[in-house]
Amino acid sequence: MPLDRRDVDTDQIIPASWLKRVERTGFGAGLFESWRRDPAFVLNDPRYAGAAILLAGPNFGCGSSREHAVWALQEHGFRAIVAESFADIFRMNCARVGMVTAQLPGNAVSRLMRAVEADYTLSVVIDVGDRTVSAAGETHAFPLDDFTRMRLLEGLDDIGLTLRHARDISRYEATRAAHLPRIGGA
Amino acid sequence: MGRTLSQKVWDSRVVRRAEGEPDLLYVDLHLVHEVTSPQAFDGLRLAGRRVRRPDLTLATADHNTPTVDIDKPIADAVSARQLSALEENCREFGVRCYPLGHALQGIVHVIGPQLGLTQPGMVIVCGDSHTSTHGAFGAVAFGIGTSEVEHVLATQTIAQARPGTMAVTVEGELARGVTAKDVILGVIERIGISGGTGTIVEYRGAAIRRLSMEGRMTVCNMSIEAGARAGMIAPDDVTFAYLEGRPHAPTGAAWERALDGWRSLATDEGAAFDREVRVDARQLRPYVTWGTNPAQSSTIDGVVPDPESFGDPARQETAARALRYQDLLPGTPIRDIAVDAVFIGSCTNARIEDLRAAAAVIDGRRVRDGLRALVVPGSAQVKAEAEREGLDALFRRAGFEWRAAGCSMCLGMNPDVLGPGQRCASTSNRNFEGRQGPGGRTHLVSPVVAAATAIAGHFATPEDL
Ligand code: SF4
Repeated sequence: MPLDRRDVDTDQIIPASWLKRVERTGFGAGLFESWRRDPAFVLNDPRYAGAAILLAGPNFGCGSSREHAVWALQEHGFRAIVAESFADIFRMNCARVGMVTAQLPGNAVSRLMRAVEADYTLSVVIDVGDRTVSAAGETHAFPLDDFTRMRLLEGLDDIGLTLRHARDISRYEATRAAHLPRIGGA
Repeated sequence: MGRTLSQKVWDSRVVRRAEGEPDLLYVDLHLVHEVTSPQAFDGLRLAGRRVRRPDLTLATADHNTPTVDIDKPIADAVSARQLSALEENCREFGVRCYPLGHALQGIVHVIGPQLGLTQPGMVIVCGDSHTSTHGAFGAVAFGIGTSEVEHVLATQTIAQARPGTMAVTVEGELARGVTAKDVILGVIERIGISGGTGTIVEYRGAAIRRLSMEGRMTVCNMSIEAGARAGMIAPDDVTFAYLEGRPHAPTGAAWERALDGWRSLATDEGAAFDREVRVDARQLRPYVTWGTNPAQSSTIDGVVPDPESFGDPARQETAARALRYQDLLPGTPIRDIAVDAVFIGSCTNARIEDLRAAAAVIDGRRVRDGLRALVVPGSAQVKAEAEREGLDALFRRAGFEWRAAGCSMCLGMNPDVLGPGQRCASTSNRNFEGRQGPGGRTHLVSPVVAAATAIAGHFATPEDL
């Protein structure tokens, strides 16, 4: 699905009024709530219903750190986002919950965007193993570090991974300066 | 080769470093609030995990809390549930919590420094992007998402790739009436909303050194609006004077030891930054944003720009779209734009110094008829302090509403929202579409411009009154 806007902020992706929920689900309905009121907004275009890849302008996901934005996109069915650049926290949040962020050169994203606008049936394939995006006879590599790639492919529990290093954590803890502040507990 | 301030702090907190993996960093302070934590606590419960270091974790209620009638039951059931979930989670997991009504409750980024919990050289995280505020003390402080909140609760560490480094040097002296808010709006106007992406920005130079801690917090707070992971300022005597005597600051011999360590927290001579930007303080004026991102701003003496004046077509389109949303015409002098509301609050500008500065502008005058003006202190303590100084009475007499502490109209999660089409001069940090309520129009300004605007009814500086 092509969303040809730059600097899409997380307040647009999921407005604050949705953030009162204490559950991890139920955010899909709030996705792009205000832009969606415009019938011409791409999310309302039936031709792109069910799309799993979102093509977007540069600096996607700027603003608030709300992971709810990623949950809303996921619940709507997106599994990957392709853009020229992403905001740092947003990209981190995506990696934590298995959403692929594929960063491609701006002209490649524009060409993809035009191609998908011209032919909504065009299939775009993202290969996380190969770190490539392919469509319309073009294949582009995107940067993805080995660690994130492994977690995307194997769906590992990040906390479990870190707890393998519990000894390192305890060892570090023992060296912390005594003057560092502590809160009394509940 | 020398190291930068951010690299020094970062390196000192590395628990584990391995080729091809992000660094595992130790977290000295984890701040928690009601919005980004319930799903994290749920995750712990599901996995049968505990909070590793409740003594390094502090929770407060701020985003969702009402700012009127705080002693009465909360009208919005969904909000009430989120606030009680925070208290229940904290009780269950042994985490100290300052809920609504507590004397130490407040916006999470206001209470950390106020309690002396925010100290130089620490790594501080919170499920909130404006955690960058704490960098004003020479801490590495950044916002994280809910999955990471759960990770920090369970392990007291966070896996992060090392960010790049950027220096923003503001040399020279600020003109009268130009505040810390204008410094950061001016910087963002120059480098753009993704100008700092992937980096920790260190603010340097004479103009930064001369800022108070409150001012430095305002600057670091909005680092995220420039896309940066965090902002930092090297600690100095201003920092130490602010900290000394605060409840969680070290005392006696421990204070002296801490000071020794803190004094070494500065970028080494000759250390190289990945990117450097210089700004001449004398060119800065009070800023007002006209658009829907924080880089779309003009000095108060300027006019609403013509979208055609932007070089690249993408920016032209963004500007045109912003002006449509904001209902502004190119060429309109900023001072001619009338507002419906004024909001003095948020983690950017709701500390005691901000309220004092705004109050000094009012000086017996009255808010323009028909205009709604709100003062929302950053914390219950700021509120109490302001009341001791009589600022509440001064604001009230002028026609401002004096509210209880919280995020309030900064993000419009509680009932304090703009109506569709309403225009607001706000001391907060984000002017995104609908940020202060669906259809609302936000213009970011400093506290003194906000106060002057409340009186004039249109954008104004104190000198204009
Ligand atoms: S005051 Fe605004 S920006 Fe600051 S923490 Fe609250 S909602 Fe976020």
